[in-house]
Amino acid sequence: MLTYTLRRLLLAIPTLLLISLVIFLLVDLAPGSPASEIPLTVPPEVRAKILEALGVNEPVHIRYLLWLKQFFWVEPLNGFDAIFGTHYAEGMQRIISYQSRSPVFPLIGERLPQTLTVIGTAYLVGVLIALPIGIYSAYRQYSLFDQFGTMFAMIGFSVPTFFTGTLFIIIFAVWLGWFPTKYNTTLVVTDWASFKEQLRQMAMPVMVLGLANAAAISRYMRSSMLENMSQDYVRTARAKGMSERTVVLKHVLRNSLIPVVTVIALGIPSIFGGAIITENLFGVNGIGSALIQAIRGNDLPMVQTLAFIFAILIVTFNLIADLLYGMLDPRIRYD
Amino acid sequence: MAEGAAPVLDVRGLKTVFRTRGGEIHAVNDVSFQLRRGELLGVVGESGSGKSVTMMSLIRLLPSPPADIRKGEVLLNGRDLLKMSPEALREVRGARVGFVFQDPMTSLNPVFTVGDQIMEPLREHLGMTKEMAERRAVELLELVGIPDARKRLKSYPHQFSGGMRQRVMIAIALACDPDVLIADEPTTALDVTIQAQILELVKDLRQKLGMAIIWITHDLGVIAGIADRVMVMYGGQVVEQAPVGELFANPQHPYTRALLQTIPRINGPRETRLKVIEGQPPILSAPLAACPFRARCEYRHDACDRMNPARRPVDGRPVGQGHDVACHWQAPARVEAAHA
Repeated sequence: MLTYTLRRLLLAIPTLLLISLVIFLLVDLAPGSPASEIPLTVPPEVRAKILEALGVNEPVHIRYLLWLKQFFWVEPLNGFDAIFGTHYAEGMQRIISYQSRSPVFPLIGERLPQTLTVIGTAYLVGVLIALPIGIYSAYRQYSLFDQFGTMFAMIGFSVPTFFTGTLFIIIFAVWLGWFPTKYNTTLVVTDWASFKEQLRQMAMPVMVLGLANAAAISRYMRSSMLENMSQDYVRTARAKGMSERTVVLKHVLRNSLIPVVTVIALGIPSIFGGAIITENLFGVNGIGSALIQAIRGNDLPMVQTLAFIFAILIVTFNLIADLLYGMLDPRIRYD
Repeated sequence: MAEGAAPVLDVRGLKTVFRTRGGEIHAVNDVSFQLRRGELLGVVGESGSGKSVTMMSLIRLLPSPPADIRKGEVLLNGRDLLKMSPEALREVRGARVGFVFQDPMTSLNPVFTVGDQIMEPLREHLGMTKEMAERRAVELLELVGIPDARKRLKSYPHQFSGGMRQRVMIAIALACDPDVLIADEPTTALDVTIQAQILELVKDLRQKLGMAIIWITHDLGVIAGIADRVMVMYGGQVVEQAPVGELFANPQHPYTRALLQTIPRINGPRETRLKVIEGQPPILSAPLAACPFRARCEYRHDACDRMNPARRPVDGRPVGQGHDVACHWQAPARVEAAHA
């Protein structure tokens, strides 16, 4: 397992380098100029100087290599300095956002917590709703509950979040007045009251995204359960006199979870990617909306960096999913 | 076996129907038999004759729907399994009645260790602690001839060969010292040398433990080697039933006779073609109003089309006790034994 992990990690290096090159070039070749964000009132020679200072005029391969160095060396050093109070990274040039002219990583650091709390909770809620629905739907296939579960999944799949989101806002915020319409990013949880307030403002985006997540995962869970329910070993467990509970929740579930856990693990990077539409709809000031702003403003370093971070997360969670598979299924050995 | 002793298992008039979209399939039709303590009853018949469905009906192991046990009684030591609550039935399954299935490759759960799976019924039915169950599991693995038992407890099914897995299945079925062991074609999926080993094992275990065994097979050679009594099934009903020597020496039902003729002989002149029974077994979409075997029978006459023959005694002893047959045709007094 260890050698397998190391081999996979080594293999990830060329993969990620290639991805970084593609991302960098794609974003770089896209039409638009960083100069477009500079107000027209700025005189041309100042404009030229700003661009000069941003390093825009360097040839593309120089900018790529510099960005790589910044991403893999300067920024981690800065992170190290920030944690341990050292000064190794002093004087080194960091990845600078064209829009705010400040380093990209602290900007991402500001946005990430919002995304992780809201989208992460939504994912967790989605999984927690999906698993029981999937399990029980499969156990009582074609029952009323199963029909309901199927309908639930179909709605979650087919109705876009901008629609459910708006609907939720109208029903729960406008008509019923249970939850605030907008997410307040500045709220800091310090006591019970502010914690309750945080829960209230998270409720709607979490429900909207949770519904969408639960739809897919509940279907995976159901079909995986069904596949295992008719296996011979299930009959053996019944013939041994095991209770239905043990048969379903131990024998069948343990086997059915193997593919589902993989699917869940592969979905985790999407949490970090944020949910662009939902974040915008509820005013959650997270990564998703940061990405949209950066794309609109031709903020190439920001877009490149965010896209590459997602790529790293996806590669990492792919590896984690594979390792989990090996841990859950004794028939699979990596050596 | 002691005649007249109370049977461990007494099945009376069992009838199982499958409800499908295309109508009902009458899989088991009025099957009655008894199993005495320590006896090995062989059940033979071709695929679709209702052997497995009958045996799974005994402990209600068939998924319902579509299976529906319509009629009958299954008395295990006098208690009717068909009338029991699911909870009471659970305490019979795996504890009083052990079941070994056909395919050892798929009958064990792939994600749990063999030890876990043997210990499960011990802890469930006998309330053993983990340590006690573990000790007993080692004993059981040793009993079924798995070397290095203590270490193998931690192995997963995929680390065992087919024959070894079937030994594990037998260990699971025997875990709680059952009164009845039902083996549903336990050697069919195994190659011949492993088959022989498993047969030897069962013979040996039977002597050591003395439980009654129902052995389902379509291999008459296997039956001749191990059974005390044989029940031949066709079309979901018992067509002939006799002590094993009697059945092979004096088969009464045309189907039994045909079956015995399909066995290729190792000595004597070489036959150019192997014998077969022409035709297909019937699909029983309606209750039987005529003999199910009539379409393939060489002795067919009017009565066969008019009514389904009831079981009648052959040797004067009551049906189920000695030799009986369900056929309108009277076999000639004593045929030359096909195989003795």
